Amino acid sequence: MDAFVALANGMAVAIQPMNMLYALIGVLLGTAVGVLPGIGPALTVALLLPVTYKLDPGGSLIMFAGIYYGGMYGGSTTAILINTPGESASMATALEGNKMAKAGRGGPALATAAIGSFVAGTIATIGLAFLAPWLVDFAVHFGPEDYFALMCVAFVTVSATFGSSPIRGLTSLFIGLTLGLVGIDKLTGQPRLTFGIPELLDGVEVTTLAVGLFAVGEALYVVSRRHHSEEKLEPVRGSLWMTKEDWQRSWKPWLRGTMFGFPIGALPAGGAEIPTFLSYSTEKRLSKHPEEFGKGAIEGVAGPEAANNASAAGTLVPLLTLGLPTSATAAMMLAGFQQYGLNPGPLLFAERPDLVWGLIASLFIANVMLLVLNLPLVGLWVKLLAIPQPWLYAGILVFATTGTIAAKPSVVELSMLAGFGVMGFLMRRFDFPIAPVVVGLILGPIAESQLRRAMSISLGDPMALLQSPMSATLLGIALIALVAPFVTQGLGRFKANED
Amino acid sequence: MSDLPQGAAERRIDSAGVVIALALAGLAAVLVWDASQLQSNNPYGMGPHVMPVVIAVGLGILAIGNLVEALRGNLPARESADAKAVWLILGGLALLIAIIGLGGGFIPATTALFVATATAFGRRAILTDLAIGFVMTTLIYVAFSRLLTLSLPAGPLERLF
Repeated sequence: MDAFVALANGMAVAIQPMNMLYALIGVLLGTAVGVLPGIGPALTVALLLPVTYKLDPGGSLIMFAGIYYGGMYGGSTTAILINTPGESASMATALEGNKMAKAGRGGPALATAAIGSFVAGTIATIGLAFLAPWLVDFAVHFGPEDYFALMCVAFVTVSATFGSSPIRGLTSLFIGLTLGLVGIDKLTGQPRLTFGIPELLDGVEVTTLAVGLFAVGEALYVVSRRHHSEEKLEPVRGSLWMTKEDWQRSWKPWLRGTMFGFPIGALPAGGAEIPTFLSYSTEKRLSKHPEEFGKGAIEGVAGPEAANNASAAGTLVPLLTLGLPTSATAAMMLAGFQQYGLNPGPLLFAERPDLVWGLIASLFIANVMLLVLNLPLVGLWVKLLAIPQPWLYAGILVFATTGTIAAKPSVVELSMLAGFGVMGFLMRRFDFPIAPVVVGLILGPIAESQLRRAMSISLGDPMALLQSPMSATLLGIALIALVAPFVTQGLGRFKANED
Repeated sequence: MSDLPQGAAERRIDSAGVVIALALAGLAAVLVWDASQLQSNNPYGMGPHVMPVVIAVGLGILAIGNLVEALRGNLPARESADAKAVWLILGGLALLIAIIGLGGGFIPATTALFVATATAFGRRAILTDLAIGFVMTTLIYVAFSRLLTLSLPAGPLERLF
């Protein structure tokens, strides 16, 4: 029953006018960037980090979470109306939703996506509120070797297990880990990989990396294949409201999508793609109208959209209770905590319950705000899609560089931004995933310090990693997750067959 | 398999993939070299050089993996790219860095980037874009300095505010 009391206290924090305002700004920004092609929630949080470091930590984190949730809602609008999923998690939605829009049923498609997201987001946030205290009690007993092993699981699953190519995923991860080494070693004070450049002593800024990879890299990639793209905006025709039949066909997929999304998001496996595709194929199998799939079946929008949002809430479980980010946006949120000197984990639940529970409670409020913003006001967001591409990307790049210039106006930092932009371009071109680089940069140094702590406790005996049953089990799981995709040729082929 | 003509096998080799593999191997070498410069006077526990070496070993293995993929021609197919447009944006970024580095200030630097990017995306109205970029970046500058009290680099233009 502790969760009820804690949640009630959190609600008292969340309904403070300033925090409501932060939540509102967050969901507005989140929806906008979700709708706009080319920018996503991870980039937005990255851009806001240098701007918010003087603001109240609780409010900023509420805003970041609002951006995360809002990005999920907004992404579905773009997927339905122009068939260019901004993120791979919206791919299933684009499959059916765009067909519905072309058939003049864009309104119900948007409605089932928004209501499904609301249902899933609310149920999953309840799940988060009840799972978190339990997991925190469990994590209190974790030693440094257990944390290190847990991070190994996250490293492997984020990069190798679920991507299209384990080799390319691991390559991305190791580039991120390498970038995480740059700077002064905290234990011995020796500089690593700084090559005598003083600006590198503080390490690679997460903001610079994320903005370079996501904003500059994306702009370069989109411009390089400009002559291939043909985007067509489907106008929203007909009623926005769902018919009785639409409701009947939607509510079960919403709940089933939530059941896929939340647990898979909460595992340190991360990624919203797996649950959305699982939900899509399940709905296709269970539907009474299987012939409509591929031509605009409402179940194919309702289920994946719910799964998408539920998994976003799910990723907050390992992030808040263990400090373990399993998606690019969660990694940026961890950077947000770190900027205020806060480390998510059991200790934060004990020391700053107001902040953690205020954040969780604000997610309920954010969900209600998003439902209102996305249903009656969807026409407003659609107008954002009318911004001409040259100005859109020019504006994105101006804002992106402004963030870096505000944080560190040095030639070295801006050159790194441009360098990471080129890297992001090449990675997109050669199909290397981006998220593992960001996760590697943020989680790598934490994993190293946990490992070194474990080693100094064991006086340098590496067998200590296997003597703790917890860490031995987790390392075993990491090993299986690493080997499995090579054995089964990966889920990538399965996924490729899906569409 | 042996009756496959030699030329066909060679054509499937992806040279870009080979370059990626070589770059990863080079990065691994840099890591090992840098780690060898570190002092490790930690008799118990783990020195600062261990993690770089572990990561270098991983990079080395991945370099081999990428090389195998490249030799097999297993890289994803790539569409033709508009190199001119990419270079235009990179030129805009270089201009931005140069203007900031030489003390030209925030507004001219980001306006230059705005115009270069808009042009790369196919706009051919440089004067209009200059005006839009100028207004937008001026607004950002004022918002940052007045509302957020964050200072952006100031040149001759910004000192007027």
